[in-house]
Amino acid sequence: MRNKFADVFYELGRDDPKLCIVVADISPAGSIGKFRTEFPQRFINTGVAEQIMIGMCAGMAQRGLRPFAYTIATFTLYRPFEFVRDDLCYQELPVTIVGIGGGVTYSTLGGTHHAQEDIGVATAIPNMSVIAPCDPAEAEMATRWCATQTRGPVYLRLGKAGEPVLTDKAADPWRFGKLRYIERGEDVCILAYGPIMGLAVEIADRFRQRGDSVSIVSAHTVKPLDEEGIVDALRRHGRMVVIEETAPIGSLGPRIKAIAYDAGARCRVDSFSLRDEFIHHYGSHAELLAAHGLDAARIGHALGLS
Amino acid sequence: MSSPDVGVPYRNSFDTVAARGRCLTYRRRILDISQQVTALHVAPAFSCTEIVDTIYNGLMRWDTREASPDVFLMSKGHGCMIQYVILEERGVLSRADLDLYCKAGGRLGAHPDYGVPGIAASTGSLGHGMGLATGMALAERLQGRESAIYLVLSDGECQEGSTWEGAMMAANLGLDNLIAFVDLNDFSGLERMSEGHPAFHPLLDKFQAFGWEGVEVNGHAAEEIFEAVDQRGRGKPFVVVCNTVKGKGVSYMEHVPIWHYRSPSSEEYRQACDELAEVAR
Repeated sequence: MRNKFADVFYELGRDDPKLCIVVADISPAGSIGKFRTEFPQRFINTGVAEQIMIGMCAGMAQRGLRPFAYTIATFTLYRPFEFVRDDLCYQELPVTIVGIGGGVTYSTLGGTHHAQEDIGVATAIPNMSVIAPCDPAEAEMATRWCATQTRGPVYLRLGKAGEPVLTDKAADPWRFGKLRYIERGEDVCILAYGPIMGLAVEIADRFRQRGDSVSIVSAHTVKPLDEEGIVDALRRHGRMVVIEETAPIGSLGPRIKAIAYDAGARCRVDSFSLRDEFIHHYGSHAELLAAHGLDAARIGHALGLS
Repeated sequence: MSSPDVGVPYRNSFDTVAARGRCLTYRRRILDISQQVTALHVAPAFSCTEIVDTIYNGLMRWDTREASPDVFLMSKGHGCMIQYVILEERGVLSRADLDLYCKAGGRLGAHPDYGVPGIAASTGSLGHGMGLATGMALAERLQGRESAIYLVLSDGECQEGSTWEGAMMAANLGLDNLIAFVDLNDFSGLERMSEGHPAFHPLLDKFQAFGWEGVEVNGHAAEEIFEAVDQRGRGKPFVVVCNTVKGKGVSYMEHVPIWHYRSPSSEEYRQACDELAEVAR
């Protein structure tokens, strides 16, 4: 996902002299290295200094440039939080802050490197848009949108590397602010965002094996949320399952339940997220997710599929 | 007339007598406004009155018809009253704007807000200006513009780590179109900094150690401020450490922390006006 971001950023940055990338001492992935070599003035490394990474991006945007801040999600969002809030969101500047390794992607690095509350934190700030692509193809669409949008700050939450493409046969195109049906069905709607979509696809298969007709939906734009689209999905399906790799408080699941309640929807909604705890587990990403209760067996069992 | 070099004052002389007259007018205007509201940052504005006047009326090219107008950034947002009254004098803000200061329906608050005419960024939370200004100065250079960024910092916000993150980056990038002024009135919110944080001093040495050029001046002597910038070198960001008096010009306000925020009573107001007139004579 980060390599796709890098490829697209390089391609766009070649043509748009206003595109800049400001990193805080992170080695540039893939084509960002090429961008650095060819356009050294538009690749800025602040060193281990994240507050100034965000502050500089704000000042650059105020004087006509289009900067992206780029580092691990904990360090683009948490460390400089008040700079994100005041400099970017309060001033409503079109700066994209790229968070690599959203959720618990960095499963061997410990809790200091887990952005497990990033969705709640980022969506809580007025004016902030939050985009979490589910695969490299969506990461490409999102990056293209971020590079030309003028509405304000964006938290672009990416995974790491090696995520499979899940949307090559998607029913809908990618559109900012709209739910995207990857597959359309009638009985069950599985809704997810980010790389955990892979697990959502597995759960969809379980439902299909049981004979259900299943929709798979990418809620890539977590904010602003497509509330109309959610209500429509709640009305069209008898059951909705929300799977997300983020802390439960401030997550999408409770919001969808609130929307369902307000709309008087009869659709049953089950939601699965990370636990509200720091889990001291070191292993693969899938193992850490499982420790939080997010694997096909546990979710399948909770949904009565086993 | 050829366009001036980056950051070089476009006026080659500075009328200090006129500056004194302006600063008296500005301070009296701030006192007038203080009578409309219960709280106002009078003393923080009085300590940087000469600094901000020298920037606006001596150093900056800020005519909007200029191809590359300079930028004024009030990082010590609580000092913004002096900026507001100068913007009023220049017609950027209206008398009605100032009349509605901190009132419903108005657009001027106790800290400057981005989007208001003449305001380059929302400040008030300390430690943000250096990063914003560094980004702005870099953006001007990358886009081939000759603008300078004039940044006014409080001494208190030089305790913020973010100020030094920015200072280091500005020097790394060799941003000589960034000119900072520290309003060194030696008072943070709680105490005299020289007493509570003696290691804070000497400040100029710290900027120089971070790769800046700079000088220390009397921050109420406009000619010293002007000449410091006029005679600076090139290749590095530049800082003018301005020794100032918080509440300058009003005896009962000088060095007294409560005047960080309080508005004077009508009797205190009259005394303040008399004292300012006396000083200006």
